[in-house]
Amino acid sequence: MFGWEFPPHISGGLGTACYGMVKGLIYHDVEVLFVTPKVFGDEDSEGFRLLDASDVDLTLSREEMDEIWSKMTMIGVGSYLVPYLSPEFFAQYSEEIMKDEKRIKETVFQARFKFEGKYGKDLFEEVSRYGLIAGRIAQAETFDVIHAHDWMTYPAGIAAKQVSGKPLIVHVHATEFDRSGEHVNQRVYDIERAGMHAADKIIAVSNRTRQVIIDRYGVHPDKVETVHNAVMTLPEQQKPERWINDKIVTFLGRITFQKGPDYFVEAAAMVLKEMKNVRFVMAGSGDMLEKMIMLAAKHRIGDRFHFTGFLKGQEVSDLFNMSDVYVMPSVSEPFGISPLEAMQSRVPVIISKQSGVSEILNHAIKTDFWDVEAIADAIYALLNYKGISTMFIRHAREEVEALKWDQVGYKVNNVYQQLLPTD
Amino acid sequence: MYINNYCQLIEMSTKIICFYFQVHQPFRLRQYRFFDIGKKHNYFDDFANRNICRKVADKCYLPMNQLLLEEIEKHGNQFRVSFSITGTALDQFEQYTPEVIESFKRLADTGCVEFLAETYSHSLAALTNKEEFEKQVQKHAQRIEQLFGQKPTVFRNTELIYSDDIGEVVHGLGFKGMLTEGARHILGWKSPNLLYYNAKQPELRLLLKNFSLSDDIAFRFSQTSWGEWPLTAEKYLTWVKALPWNEEVINLFMDYETFGEHQWKETGIFDFMHALPRMVIEESEFTFNTPSEVLEKLQPVAPLNVPYPISWADEERDLSAWLGNDLQDDAFQALYACSQAMENCTDPQLLKDWAYLQTSDHFYYMCTKFFSDGDVHKYFNHYETPYEAYTNYMNALSDFKIRLEQQ
Repeated sequence: MFGWEFPPHISGGLGTACYGMVKGLIYHDVEVLFVTPKVFGDEDSEGFRLLDASDVDLTLSREEMDEIWSKMTMIGVGSYLVPYLSPEFFAQYSEEIMKDEKRIKETVFQARFKFEGKYGKDLFEEVSRYGLIAGRIAQAETFDVIHAHDWMTYPAGIAAKQVSGKPLIVHVHATEFDRSGEHVNQRVYDIERAGMHAADKIIAVSNRTRQVIIDRYGVHPDKVETVHNAVMTLPEQQKPERWINDKIVTFLGRITFQKGPDYFVEAAAMVLKEMKNVRFVMAGSGDMLEKMIMLAAKHRIGDRFHFTGFLKGQEVSDLFNMSDVYVMPSVSEPFGISPLEAMQSRVPVIISKQSGVSEILNHAIKTDFWDVEAIADAIYALLNYKGISTMFIRHAREEVEALKWDQVGYKVNNVYQQLLPTD
Repeated sequence: MYINNYCQLIEMSTKIICFYFQVHQPFRLRQYRFFDIGKKHNYFDDFANRNICRKVADKCYLPMNQLLLEEIEKHGNQFRVSFSITGTALDQFEQYTPEVIESFKRLADTGCVEFLAETYSHSLAALTNKEEFEKQVQKHAQRIEQLFGQKPTVFRNTELIYSDDIGEVVHGLGFKGMLTEGARHILGWKSPNLLYYNAKQPELRLLLKNFSLSDDIAFRFSQTSWGEWPLTAEKYLTWVKALPWNEEVINLFMDYETFGEHQWKETGIFDFMHALPRMVIEESEFTFNTPSEVLEKLQPVAPLNVPYPISWADEERDLSAWLGNDLQDDAFQALYACSQAMENCTDPQLLKDWAYLQTSDHFYYMCTKFFSDGDVHKYFNHYETPYEAYTNYMNALSDFKIRLEQQ
C-alpha cells in the first residue's frame, strides 16, 4: 500500500483515513506493507510493516537499474505548485528531504537526474522520486495487490504494477476538481487520470466522488466502487468546564476555496444580527485566511468571530469540546471526516450537501453550501431550540460509532478478492 | 520714510525655533489566543514592553536628556525645548526605568523645558467620544503637574490629530494653544512658519509643524541616498536662515526616539544636536522658545480651516494610518462600544486595561497601506501581518468585554 502521510505526521484527512483502513484490513487478516515517503519512527505500526521509502537501498547495479527503467515509465513534471499539502507542512517536509538530499544524490539519483536535468526541488519531484523507489520495492517484496492513495502515490502504484505485474487499485480520497474547482492543475489531473486508467479497480470515498471519476476522468462505471470512510472510535472525553458562557459555533479545516469558509462568515453575520450570546470560531490556516479576517471585520463582527490559526491534536479536541455547533460548508468535499469527529464529541453538525459524508449521515443538518440563509437558520435553530439539539447530541455519537473501519476493511478486502486469480 | 519703516520692521521681526519632542511607548499586546478568552486576563507582553523600554531608555532617553541638560546649562537658558510624554510611557518608566523620570525632572528644574498635555494613553478618543477625551486629557495634565510641577497650557493631540471641532473641545478645556501638522493640503499657499488660530475659537492658537525641516532631522538624517547627506549643523543653519523675512517661527516637531533609536548614535545625530544650539545662538538671529513662549511673543495671522481631521503621519497626513480599513474600523467601533459601560466602572484593573487598549498603536499595527509608507509602518510593528494584529487585538478585547459585562 502506497500512502503519502501517516499519523501522527498528517496535514489533512488522508493520513488518518489510511491509518484506519490499514487497521481495518489487518482485522480481516490482510497482510499490509505500507510505504510512505518518510517514516518518522513514532507511528503506530502494530500488526503491519511500515516502510520508509527513503530507507530503501537504491545502490543498484546498472543492469538492475535498466530493468526497472525498462518496466516503468517515469512521470516527470517540473512545477513549484503544491496543490494539496498545506504550505507549512510542505516547508517542513522539504526540510526533511533536504537533510536526505546528499545521500540521495550519492545514490542512483545523481546519475538519473543528470539525464533529466530539469527537476526542481518541489512536490512533483518528490512524487517522481517516490515512483522510482516504488519500482525497487515492487521488485524486492512479495504481495498480491497494490493499493495507492491519491495522486501523489499513483506514479508509485503504476511503477509497482509495471515491475511486478500485480493488480493495481487506486483509492480516490479527493480529485483535482475538489481541490481547485474548475481551475485544475493540468499536471495533477494528468497524473490522476493516468493512475485511474492504469488501475484495475478504483475505490472512491463517496458516490459523489465516484461520479466525478466517471464524468471527468472518463472511467467506465463498472471499474469504480464506493467505499465510505469511517472514524476511529475515541474514548468519550469528559467535557471540560466551560469558561465562556456564550455558545460557540465552530468551523475547522483548511481555509481554502474547497472548504467554503466565506459561507460560514456570512452565516455568522446573519446569526449575530439575531442573537448576541454566541461566538464563532474559525480554526485552521490556508490561502483564504486573510480574506476571511477582512470579511469578518467588514461585517463588524470581529469581537464575536475568532481566528485560532492552525490547531494541533489536543487543541482540536478542546475546541470540539467547547463547541455547540460544528459547521462544514464545503463547496466540494469528497468525504469529510471532521464532522464525524465533532459528532463523537457530541456536537451537532451542519454539513453541506456537497460533501461525501452527507451520503451516510442521518443526524446532521444538510444544506447547500451556497445557501447562507439555510446555514444561518440551522445554526440559530441548533442554538436556540433544545428539541433538535438534544436529539442530535443524543444520537450523533451512536450514529458515528456504527461507522467502523472494520467494515471499510471488509469492503476493501472484497475489492482485492475480485482481482486475485481465482485458481 | 516708507523705506525706513520697512527696514525697521525687518530688524524687529522675531525669529524663533521651537523644538517639540514626543515621548511615547505603547503597552504592546502579548499573543492572546482564542483559548485565553474568559480564562486569562493579562493582555500585555510585559517581557517585550520591559525590554523595549529598557533599550530605548539606554539608547535614547537617558543620553539625549543628558545632552539637552548640558546644552541648556552651557547656553545659560537660551536653549529651550518642549516635550509631551504619554501616560503609557510614564507608566512604563515608573515600572521599568525610574531613572528616566528622574532625568526628565532634572530637565524640568532648569525652567527651560515645557511639558505639554495630551491624552493619557495616546488614544484616538478625540475622534469619537468627547467626554472620554476630556477625561483622558485631564488625567494626563494632572500627572504632568504632579511629576514636573507645571500645569500644561498647550495641548498636542495624539499624532498631532487636529480639526476645527477638536480644537474647539481643547479650547473648552482651557488650553491656550495647540500643535498640529503643517499639512500642505490644509495650508495651500499659506506658510507653516506663522501663528494661526482655530476657525471656531480664535483664542486657541495653532502652531504648525514645519514638516520639511523636521523630517530632515527625524527621517532623512541618516539616509545615504539623500542628496543632502551628510547633514551638518552648518548646512542646516543655512536652511533655517533662508526663512523669508516675514515668517517668524520654525516648529520642529518630532518623535523623541529619533535621537539614538530611529537615528542611531553612529549616524552622528547626537553630535548634530550638540552643535546646533551653539550655532543658532551665536551665528543667527534665531532664539529658541517653547510653545507657550511662542504664543506670548507672536500675533496670530489668520484662522485655519480644518473641517476634516489631519495628522502628522504618512504622505496623506490624515487618519488612514489608524482608521479606514475594515480591520481598523471594526476594532475601533468594538472598542468604543464599551464607552458607556466604562462610565460607571470603578474597577482599577478594568480602567487601566481600558486605557491601554485605546492606545493608537494597536490600530496602527492593523494598517494595510504597505506600499508607500510600509517601511515606517514595519519599523514600529511587531506583528507579521495586520490580520494577525487584528485577530489578536479582538481576542483580548473580547475578554475585556466579558469582564466588563460580569462586573
